Amino acid sequence: MIVLRATWKILTQVARSFGGGLGLIIVLTVLCSAVFAPLIATHDPDRIDVLHRFAAPTLEHIMGTDHLGRDMFSRLVHGSTVAMTVALCAILFALTSGTILGIVAAFLSTRAERPILVLFDVISSFPSLVLALAIVGVFGASTSLVIVVVGITLLPHFGRVARAQVLTLKNAPFLEAERLLGASTMRIIFVHLLPNIAGPLVVLASMDIPLVITIEAGLSFLGLGVRPPLASWGTLIQDGYQFLSQSAVPVTVASVALGVATLGFTLFGEALRDAVDPRLARAH
Amino acid sequence: MGITAETARYLASRLVTSIIIVFGAMLLLFTLSALVPGDPAVTLLGPQATPELAAHFIREMGLDQPLHIRLWRFFSNVLTGNLGQDVLSGRYVTGMVGAVLPSTIILTFMAIFLAVLFGVPLGCFAATHRGSFFDHVLAILSVTFIAIPSFVVAIFLLLVFAIWLDWLPVLGTSGTGSFADEAKRMILPTIALAIGWIGFIARLVRSSMLEILGENHIRTMRAYGLPERLIVYKYALKNACIPIIAILGLGIGRLLGGAVLVEIVFSRPGLGRLVYDAIAARNYPVLQGSVLVVVLLFVVTNLLVDLSYSAIDPRIRRRAEREGMPK
Repeated sequence: MIVLRATWKILTQVARSFGGGLGLIIVLTVLCSAVFAPLIATHDPDRIDVLHRFAAPTLEHIMGTDHLGRDMFSRLVHGSTVAMTVALCAILFALTSGTILGIVAAFLSTRAERPILVLFDVISSFPSLVLALAIVGVFGASTSLVIVVVGITLLPHFGRVARAQVLTLKNAPFLEAERLLGASTMRIIFVHLLPNIAGPLVVLASMDIPLVITIEAGLSFLGLGVRPPLASWGTLIQDGYQFLSQSAVPVTVASVALGVATLGFTLFGEALRDAVDPRLARAH
Repeated sequence: MGITAETARYLASRLVTSIIIVFGAMLLLFTLSALVPGDPAVTLLGPQATPELAAHFIREMGLDQPLHIRLWRFFSNVLTGNLGQDVLSGRYVTGMVGAVLPSTIILTFMAIFLAVLFGVPLGCFAATHRGSFFDHVLAILSVTFIAIPSFVVAIFLLLVFAIWLDWLPVLGTSGTGSFADEAKRMILPTIALAIGWIGFIARLVRSSMLEILGENHIRTMRAYGLPERLIVYKYALKNACIPIIAILGLGIGRLLGGAVLVEIVFSRPGLGRLVYDAIAARNYPVLQGSVLVVVLLFVVTNLLVDLSYSAIDPRIRRRAEREGMPK
């Protein structure tokens, strides 16, 4: 209940600024279309209708059709499911493993935490898209591989923040008191530390979402992301790009959708950061 | 300014970390090539390959050797500057990468140049006109530029300038070697890659300018009656620009990643194209070599930047994270 009320309070604060409000609307739209894709889509996204290929937008096909006569709107809506699944899974993976490593590092001695910190440094030293290209190039494209690779490259973000947060909190008087009362380390971590460090981690997660969407779309654009019959926004852009000389509509529609989505998530993430931690807000 | 013991320790640890990273990358790439699913000969040569050809290929690649010997050979080759050989054409990967590397590096540096050229004055103007209409417009524009992936920008530019307006030749390089023509074909890819960084640098300069303009020494200058123009452009801007160099270093990996996609959209030869074609042809030695070069470029730039700036002022890295780098 408290969590719900706090969430509501923060969301209303996010919606108060122009950028945050716009971001929130876009994020909610994308999330809704991802969850309710089969209900929202007007056509079967994979139904081929070669007689109506490259149709201009009409009432029947509100965003036109692609090179096989498939309905662009329905394909975009189903593409949002792919984008959101990949983004949320990758972020969840990075968030949990990063947080665990970060907390463990904070509780270890300076010497013992060294390998974890070096691991963070090593991972963040790889250009993520290029690393993903190398791995996908060898193992072949697959959605789960994309999730794991992107998740690993984002892991240090969360690990570093979790560690820094725990270090500042670890010796706070209220935890000192709790320890004196005989609380176990596990209790301290789960009951006191996690709720206290959750804010910055959630903000970081929301700011990393557009990055994941971009990498996934980029890989799919190269034909190295999700496999057919799944179609991500990157796949749609690639399909449209291939047939650019015949119609510019599909590629325009798909690129605009991807651009609007990444913009929406970025705006939302920044507004959320300003709402959760005003100290991090930029000078206004 | 002498180097303190702490700085020296920091530099040494950065150097060691960089070496670990490069070795880690080599190990990873080697492991990947050893893990290639299926028979590497069949994967590379296709199912039509005769058994003799496959056997020849396996011998040629040293794939019949035990793993530790292959590992040793790979490491000693790389350390002597030999990135392996393209089995299909017989060309050396080092040469292939060397042939396309300048194109990618020129594109990346042109993008950086463009980003600084536009980003710094815009950010400066926004900081001196805080709260004005221009400041608000720039705030919206810069977040838009930062948020939209560079390959999407590339496609938009392609659609608008090459297809609707038909102004610029876009695809590939001309092959004629004429400088003017090459330069013309560089315009759109450079803009596509630079646009996010223009927004990013504008934001960065704006926020650090505002911070500096509020400092005591600037107040003193004002009190002494120095012209505002001199204060802003001579004293404040100089300090506000320091973080940019560091941040471009941190962002070089993102830029290279973006360059890969931009090159493919505009069919330009370069590292991106090389990696992509290697993946499509399942040409692992080429893939391995070019990825290693990208990692190397990335690690070296990061190290140089870190040595020059972050060691002196760790606030720079935090600021980069706060302003949100382009995707």
